[in-house]
Amino acid sequence: MENTARITEKRTATAWKKPVSYNLQKKTRPTEAIIQAFLLFCGVVSILTTLGIVLELGKEAWLFFGDPEISVISFLTGTEWQPKIGKFGVLPLLNSTLITSVIAIVVALPLGIATAMFLSEYASPKMRSILKPILEVLAGVPTVVYGYFALTFMTPLLRGIFGSQNVDVYNMASAGLVMGIMILPLISSMSEDALSAVPRSLREAAYGLGATRLETALQVVLPAALSGIIAAFIIGVSRAVGETMIVAIAAGSGPNFTFNPFNAAETMTGYIARISGGDLSYNTPDYNSIFAIGLLLFLITFGLNILSRAISRRFREVYE
Amino acid sequence: MNPMKPKTFGSNQEMQDAEKNFLYRRHQRARLAQSVFQLTTLLAVIFLATLLVTVVNKSMGYVVVENKVNPATLSDRPLSELNNTELAQILRENLRKNRVRTLERTGFLEDQSQSTLVQLVEAEIIQPEVVESYNLFPSLINRSKIKADAAVSYPNAKVEFRYWLNGVFLINSMASQPELAGVRSALLGSLQLILITILTAFPIGVGAAIYLEEYASHKSRINRLIQTNIDNLAGVPSIVYGILGLALFVRALQPFTSGALFGVDGQNGRTILSAGLTMALLILPILIINAQEAIRSVPDSLRQASYGLGATRWQTIWHHVLPGAMPGILTGTILAISRAIGETAPLIVVGASTFITSDPTGPFSSFTALPIQIYNWTTRPQPAFQHIAAAAILVLLIALLSLNAVAILLRNRFAKRV
Repeated sequence: MENTARITEKRTATAWKKPVSYNLQKKTRPTEAIIQAFLLFCGVVSILTTLGIVLELGKEAWLFFGDPEISVISFLTGTEWQPKIGKFGVLPLLNSTLITSVIAIVVALPLGIATAMFLSEYASPKMRSILKPILEVLAGVPTVVYGYFALTFMTPLLRGIFGSQNVDVYNMASAGLVMGIMILPLISSMSEDALSAVPRSLREAAYGLGATRLETALQVVLPAALSGIIAAFIIGVSRAVGETMIVAIAAGSGPNFTFNPFNAAETMTGYIARISGGDLSYNTPDYNSIFAIGLLLFLITFGLNILSRAISRRFREVYE
Repeated sequence: MNPMKPKTFGSNQEMQDAEKNFLYRRHQRARLAQSVFQLTTLLAVIFLATLLVTVVNKSMGYVVVENKVNPATLSDRPLSELNNTELAQILRENLRKNRVRTLERTGFLEDQSQSTLVQLVEAEIIQPEVVESYNLFPSLINRSKIKADAAVSYPNAKVEFRYWLNGVFLINSMASQPELAGVRSALLGSLQLILITILTAFPIGVGAAIYLEEYASHKSRINRLIQTNIDNLAGVPSIVYGILGLALFVRALQPFTSGALFGVDGQNGRTILSAGLTMALLILPILIINAQEAIRSVPDSLRQASYGLGATRWQTIWHHVLPGAMPGILTGTILAISRAIGETAPLIVVGASTFITSDPTGPFSSFTALPIQIYNWTTRPQPAFQHIAAAAILVLLIALLSLNAVAILLRNRFAKRV
């Protein structure tokens, strides 16, 4: 339309004196701007969530430590957690969190890496298409179901093997073992991603030199994927530390400073779940203490996540 | 380091033998390792199978039921054949006056439906009690022994095979007796909770994903911050979200979440709304990451063609990018929701009640949810509660599996079109 108009204008002599002006400036479109602002807001919600977590946890934890009887140092180094008599030492809770997590990792790491190795280096495509959904289902089972499994299957099993006089009804070993099963799919899928990211050419070069499949996998592929596997390991630890339902159901309630995995001992998450599950009145030391422990938990897991990301970025082998 | 380090050998023959031997050992080691890897992978399958078998094993089996009052003494016909007046009369004859008055608070006994009256007679008078219960496998193997034992220890009791997951279990609400308890209010609570979660998390999550993929330049510092932050939030333990929900939604926003702002008579902020919003925050990072991947997979040529025709950015996104990415976004959303359905810890902290016998009435009512009910039943000492916990787990797992099946179907359909 406009082109033909211009052509006809050109023909008439007057058109040169009065050229049609075209507005080539960017048009302002208010709806576009509004939409973009809304989308930016959606993105910022995640930052607000983090800020919310830090501020709320920090605020209530501040109230908790504001109590003259409680200092940060006695909180972090005290070996007794008895709110009734004003003893708030987090070590018993932290200790059992660590014990259950270590048991879980001892189960999940070797199994997870071996599974990843099998899936990425050995399994045929058909086998992978069967095994991967099974692992996904295992990863999708709600943790409360794992807790049930720990209490009704693992605990009787452990009591049967080691004798019921040695193993408490609620114990850290049972919770830790089942937690290992829970994080196994996480570690195996992350490790498998890392292993399959190693280019084919590396494997073929190793085969070409006469290496067996095992030698290729262990001496060529594994070192190349190591950063990803370490990242998977750290994420696994972080998941184990933050896991709540399994320990709340199977590890027992009541803080207990013990290194025997067959004893009952409450973890940090178990404590939060138990205290907040009861009738909770605001602004009591009990209420504030779950924020202090929550803050500690958040700092540990957030730190581990950042570490894992940093490792996988810093030490990633880049090919091609 | 180098396994093929040359050695000095006496003769050619000896050297060949040694080499063969060496090769043989290497291959043997490789074969051994392969079977070890295979076995460990099989272990994962065994774990899953054991878990399912444990749950199924607990969810059915023989029970020995003893009635407090023999139904034959109440009437010479079966209860289900009696009409309302007869049932009401039985209730009046056998219950104390106070109890009848309590029951009649909402209306005369005669006016209630026949099935409610039968239930009342069972719950109030007959009071069947499971005195002994067996798992599935013992029930199948030692059938005759169980029956003989029951006849000796409980002469008045009846032995029956019970599927703990049955119609009554789905229809009944929570009750203090495991035989009468059901998941109705928990199921409804879970549904309403998830509805609120979807309504909040879906628009915000997809919006954030669109912003990060289509608008944000990857160099700008704030956008990098948002991206890193989302990745890190995905790893924060769920119970921490619960604490955030407790402080923010339950306490700070109490006028809003209890419904006081809308003229609803809510007592506190421990409502479905608070729990739904907490859950929305929890699944938001997962949802955003999945949606980002879906949007990224839409080919750039589509966008360029759209811009080339003079479409604005939003027109391009709305008409071309989103339709292409939708199946992927939906799949990701379903996976995020199935996480939310099974999540228990934040609900405990936000304050789900464990004993609620009525259906939730809306976003401002107190509530219970399926995983909370499972947790509550699991931690009770009576064995019968373990059985109904198993039944509730089956309900939860069936719901999750069907959701995942929908996700897989969507994924396959999407894969075919591209």
